[in-house]
Amino acid sequence: MSSPRPGREPGPAELGVVLAAMADATRRQLLAALASAGSATATELAGGLPVTRQAVAKHLAVLKRAGLVTSERHGRDVRFAVQTGGLTKIAGWLEQLVAEWDTRLAAIKQIAEARD
Amino acid sequence: MAQDWIEREVLIDASRERVWAVLTEAGHVARWFGNTAELDLRPGGKAAFGWTEDGVFQAVVERVDAPSVFSYRWAREAGSEPGTGTSTLVEFTLTEVPAGTLLRVVETGFASLAVSAADQATAAEENTQGWTDELAELKQYAERPAP
Repeated sequence: MSSPRPGREPGPAELGVVLAAMADATRRQLLAALASAGSATATELAGGLPVTRQAVAKHLAVLKRAGLVTSERHGRDVRFAVQTGGLTKIAGWLEQLVAEWDTRLAAIKQIAEARD
Repeated sequence: MAQDWIEREVLIDASRERVWAVLTEAGHVARWFGNTAELDLRPGGKAAFGWTEDGVFQAVVERVDAPSVFSYRWAREAGSEPGTGTSTLVEFTLTEVPAGTLLRVVETGFASLAVSAADQATAAEENTQGWTDELAELKQYAERPAP
């Protein structure tokens, strides 16, 4: 009887950047603010949070590296917006792990129900 | 789905003792979880699950309450120790039901695992708490058409 190997694609090393970006409360607030505003500059985002514009810029850089936001220059402003790719990757990875457990549980059932 | 744990269950037409044996005896385990298995069935006991192509994954047994609860922490990378931030916790719960045994598996710890993988030691415990709910909400938000 074959059994599924542990989920590796994409493994935690790749998703780690995304999950770590999401593990910070300020960054989650920034993402939520961007999601409801559609797009915003670092200055606009800092206006709604108890952190400096510089801190917001750093958080946005982390989010951008994780593929959770995009940036686009409009004249002198850089406007940020939410990108769903990173979130979709997390969801896809967890769904793969669920599928592996389904396969293992089916194998356990088959073995346990066999009267050997 | 956007959460950092997995929960699945299956109804098995066999006694709880029989299912417990399949879960905890190495000879059985090697048939449904990898290709080879070693298992020292006591809290703190070591276990190793091997996949021919992917190597051996080490684990440490956490809970052994025969025949109802069995859990272990296993490393996410082959050949590494199952430490904090590099492992997930797998817990099996066996419940007697009229039709046999209800087997539930819960695997937790993916968020803290990944945080560690990215070397984000500063991510405080309280920050990782609850991020998964927010993630789900955020995904909904983000996937709305732009206003």
